[in-house]
Amino acid sequence: MSKLKDTDIQTTIGWVLRTGVFLSVGICIFGAVIYLFRHGHDVANYHDFNGVPAFVHLSEILKSVIALRGRAIIQCGIILLIATPIIRVVCSAIGFAAEGDYLYTGITLLVLAIIFFSMLSGHGG
Amino acid sequence: MSVIELTIIILIGSYLAGLLGSLTGLGGGFIIIPLFTLILHIDIHYAIGASLVSVIATSSGAAAAYVKEGITNMRLGMFLEIATTAGAMLGAILAIYIPTHYIAILFGVILISSALMSIVKKSEVIIQHKSYLAARLKLYSNYPTANGPVEYGVTNVAGGFGMMLFAGVISGLLGIGSGALKVVAMDGIMRIPFKVSTATSNFMIGVTAAASAVVYLQRGYIDPGLSMPVVIGVLFGALTGSKILVGSNSSNWMRVTFAVIVSIVAIQMIYNGILHKI
Repeated sequence: MSKLKDTDIQTTIGWVLRTGVFLSVGICIFGAVIYLFRHGHDVANYHDFNGVPAFVHLSEILKSVIALRGRAIIQCGIILLIATPIIRVVCSAIGFAAEGDYLYTGITLLVLAIIFFSMLSGHGG
Repeated sequence: MSVIELTIIILIGSYLAGLLGSLTGLGGGFIIIPLFTLILHIDIHYAIGASLVSVIATSSGAAAAYVKEGITNMRLGMFLEIATTAGAMLGAILAIYIPTHYIAILFGVILISSALMSIVKKSEVIIQHKSYLAARLKLYSNYPTANGPVEYGVTNVAGGFGMMLFAGVISGLLGIGSGALKVVAMDGIMRIPFKVSTATSNFMIGVTAAASAVVYLQRGYIDPGLSMPVVIGVLFGALTGSKILVGSNSSNWMRVTFAVIVSIVAIQMIYNGILHKI
């Protein structure tokens, strides 16, 4: 385990975080322009919870993105934003493995397993 | 209210949330949830979803800077993330079964205690002692200062881990980063330097929130129309906040101001929760 390797991981992770955040904000702004152009003067109603919207399954989101629907494009940006910390954890696992630190490769994989289990249990419930 | 009016109001509110959140280290959820529920009368489930999104945006943005400077303890963060992600998942599942007014009352209580924690002055003693678990887990490290790197030890790993589990449940339940609780666990229980605790907390908050956000996304709590102005506003607010903080010598007055604002909002939240208005 050398200090240089730790610095390499830090540099990469910093880059992953910055890229993820700015890319997702860019996509959100693009989607927002379309959404507000089309629905800006609609009446907003969020007083009651409306249940699960159409943009939950990836295939439906992609179909709507191709149709250039603003809300679907925004949802893509949001999903990328949510994925950014998870991608960061994946990069850490690769980094620790490359460094030969198997204890922390294991710990990182356990964190990933918990995240993925929460995704799957969300589907089941 | 039209969509464009709502978007502009949320954009301004989120900018302030990102600004105050990055300056005080309390996170944007403290502004987003009251703004949505108390002022805009939006269902608390949408508020929690939007707040989680704001936490991820601030965390990833702020963490990028801290990691680059080498302040963040990545091993400590990774290890404690086991507790926060597991806790967050539990909290997100509980949030579906617990009536929202209880969530609101609980949120109010957490707000007040976080505000008090943030203004209590902490005396800093850097310990060199490494407990058995801390040594086995390689949690000790060093961080850069003006006088060169400072080495530090870590103690009471089990206690800190337990506190992190609790912080995870709270963040899953309420959609807040519970940064104050994380800093207390690291700084107060595990005796890690305050600067490292804050940076590592920022680093961890995003992962905890992401685990909850995935569940909430599938439940429909994260609405694109509401999340869009939150993401844009919070990020630019946080960027402004970090620039102000770099140019400022003391953020004590900001902490006190924020504690007062947070306490007023918290009392309103508890009041509405007790009256079942939420």
